[in-house]
Amino acid sequence: MTSLVKDQKTKNSQKIKDRFISAFIGIFAIVWLFPIAWTLFSSLRPYKDIRANGILSWPSELNFDNYIEAIERMELPRYFYNTAIITLPAVFLTLFFGSLMAFVVTRYSFKFNVAMLLLFTAGNMLPAQLVFIPVFKMYMAIGDLVGDRRILYDNPWGIVLIHVAFQMGFATFVLSSYMKTIPKEISESAQVDGASVFTHFFRVMLPLLRPPLASLAVLMTTWIYNDFFWALVLMSTDNKRPITSALGRLQGEFVTDYNLLAAGAMIAAIPTLLVFFVLRKQFVSGLTLGATKG
Amino acid sequence: MSAATTKADKPRRRRTFSGRDKVTLGFFVGVPTFLHLALVWFPAIATIYLSFTYWTGIHISDIQWAGTANYENIIFETPRFWEAVRVNVVWLFWFGLIATPLGILLAYQIDREIRGHKFYQSAYYLPVVLSMAVIGIIWNFLLRPDGFVNGLMGLEISEAISFFGDDRYNLWVILIMASWRHIGYIMLLYLAGLKAIDATLREAAAIDGATEWQTFRRIIFPAMQPVNIIVIVITIIESLRAFDMVYIIYGGRGGLPILGVLVFENIAGEGASMKGAAYAVILFLLSIVPILAYLQQQFKEDVR
Repeated sequence: MTSLVKDQKTKNSQKIKDRFISAFIGIFAIVWLFPIAWTLFSSLRPYKDIRANGILSWPSELNFDNYIEAIERMELPRYFYNTAIITLPAVFLTLFFGSLMAFVVTRYSFKFNVAMLLLFTAGNMLPAQLVFIPVFKMYMAIGDLVGDRRILYDNPWGIVLIHVAFQMGFATFVLSSYMKTIPKEISESAQVDGASVFTHFFRVMLPLLRPPLASLAVLMTTWIYNDFFWALVLMSTDNKRPITSALGRLQGEFVTDYNLLAAGAMIAAIPTLLVFFVLRKQFVSGLTLGATKG
Repeated sequence: MSAATTKADKPRRRRTFSGRDKVTLGFFVGVPTFLHLALVWFPAIATIYLSFTYWTGIHISDIQWAGTANYENIIFETPRFWEAVRVNVVWLFWFGLIATPLGILLAYQIDREIRGHKFYQSAYYLPVVLSMAVIGIIWNFLLRPDGFVNGLMGLEISEAISFFGDDRYNLWVILIMASWRHIGYIMLLYLAGLKAIDATLREAAAIDGATEWQTFRRIIFPAMQPVNIIVIVITIIESLRAFDMVYIIYGGRGGLPILGVLVFENIAGEGASMKGAAYAVILFLLSIVPILAYLQQQFKEDVR
């Protein structure tokens, strides 16, 4: 009886404590969202309104003029296109090569299975700074060799390849841990039926990989979309750059018109916000499948 | 999968390979491996070699052996290197002692489904999907001389605090910006781990009269061992990798020194020294321990 009363007491005090904790985390959550809310708010205000009334004033009007102007003056559609022709092939090839590697490593035993997987996973974690001088020189040299300097350097395909080479390690690791959970019998019966390696992969294994491929696709798209480094060092023509690294330059160019820049930043964030609102499940499960970076 | 079965399988499978299958397998492994080796491992090794040379970067034949001259120059004659080391160490401590524990704490509370946990989770998760470029612009809105924070403190532009320009503030401001993303990231990872923990463990602890802290310290935390290691590794790697944010704010030259940016500064325009390569190698050496820890955690079942 006494212990029951005591239980009730601790339960109540825990409840009060939980209220405090919840309120505390709640206040912080609002602080957390504030920078984004403020940018959104600024992007909807004309700059002259701020200049006239100060930054903390109540807005006299809110409209989408900055957005329309940002799309036109910053040529955002072009940068979105640049991003698309890098991100889409890069994600596709990463997943394709990653699943090939994972397939061979988990389904066909040969001597270097684990070593291979280790090499790929470790390669994925190397700092980009460690590889980029030789990559840059190699791209130049290959360009000279074929007589077209821009075949890899300053070319979307050059960026696609370096992303694929790096991210493949992560994809291979995640997909191979997933494949280990698929019963070996499925593969064995395919082989007994006389399926070639080709059929075995494309008809039997690939369809089974849909869930992790979906998660990885969302995660990779976010990473490659957000990449800043490679587009910066391997692209020299400004208007070939993808949107995230173009933003850096636009920041300098439109430094006087902050509200326009706010609108540009919000537009650039739209695809990632889509991930946030719509594809959250895939993003989070992709992240936790292997989790090496963000 | 025991070693015995794979050994028994081997000869049988070998026999079933037709010539065409061998070619297919060769392509399946060969193409990705070639790409990975050519664009990741070969350049990595080349950078290590180049860090011991002088090279203007034009003709391979111009490469001259420099011994450890680049490293000596960095260590003994470049005060900026030591500033960068200091900043990276502060960064690491900040992440390790403040940001990461906060992320774990958040995950723990949200996992207990306190009131409003769904909203909280979304709020802290939002910055994780944003790119550094966007984050840089967003925070610049708050912190620039005529921005929100200075406005709130009632400072005119002439007397405004330059948060990014003033050495007294810039590191801390950038750490707050970086934590804004890092905390949510750690929270997500930890939350996923917590979801996998058996709920009865926690109930049993509650019945035994354990306090929240005891439950976390004695039950949850030890059960999260694999996730803990990954979180520690990520914390270290991210502290070393910090580049984008600082680059966005300062444009790649000057400003807050961190190792990632020093590599960049020394590539363009530093002449023939290949000091940039040496910086990259130093960065790499510092990342080896966390990389190995990560690999060990992920592969401990495969390598026995």
